[in-house]
Amino acid sequence: MAKSANLDPSEWVDRYGDYLFRFAMLRLRDRSTAEDLVQETFLAALKGRSSFSGNSSESTWLVGILKHKIMDHFRHQAREAPLEDGDLREQPDPSSFDRSGHWASGPTDWGGNPADLYREKKFLDQLTKCLAGLSPNLANAFTLREIEGADTGEICKVLNVTETNLWVILHRARMQLRGCLETHWFKKSAGKGS
Amino acid sequence: MLSCKDVTQLLSEAMDRSLPLGKRIGVRLHLLICKFCARYERQLLQIRETVRRLVETEETAGGTLWEPLSEEARARIRKSLRIS
Repeated sequence: MAKSANLDPSEWVDRYGDYLFRFAMLRLRDRSTAEDLVQETFLAALKGRSSFSGNSSESTWLVGILKHKIMDHFRHQAREAPLEDGDLREQPDPSSFDRSGHWASGPTDWGGNPADLYREKKFLDQLTKCLAGLSPNLANAFTLREIEGADTGEICKVLNVTETNLWVILHRARMQLRGCLETHWFKKSAGKGS
Repeated sequence: MLSCKDVTQLLSEAMDRSLPLGKRIGVRLHLLICKFCARYERQLLQIRETVRRLVETEETAGGTLWEPLSEEARARIRKSLRIS
């Protein structure tokens, strides 16, 4: 029997299409880019199917290929859109702190049980929106760190920044994301009395 | 003495690397007396935890966040697989 006998490309789209698409959407947040990368993944898999070792499952193998494509996409984006001035400015949000470095207006109490928020689709939609509102470099750094779970060394290579810069970028991303959620979710739901 | 501005940067850094001992102690002392920075840290960790669970849900349980692959995309991908 041929080595690739346990692969079944004609079934791939039905079996793994949605899974790979969701995996890509979580990281890219753009339907057409995600669709393209899923398609490229299947094509690359088809071409390289003789190299499938069978040590991993078909789906793990496909996700591995997709991950590479996503990293390449981030690499490419980082080259096309170098750091913006704002990405590294020392103070993430000029209104957060006074001149002595104390909170101008501190974070508000989010109340309730925010740990369960991941079950609320509306909150997740808001989170995605807030993430999409960051500058591309901030959003990509946050995505690589918190969604992909990459370590900072790897992220520095992909985004082509120094480690010191990356710490600033991640700090800014987290602070802006937190502020966005507070404004668009927690303050609103407090207003609703829920 | 660390300012709140310094501490927010260090709190974020601490999520990505282990801080040198001096800074770590400075941050912990600050958090004892600063309600806002302590709250800030809690919220950053909550965001991290929420994102982690979101990823888990989307990748294992079958997601709810986005519409699945559209029929057009599905057809396009199938076609491209046949041609090559």
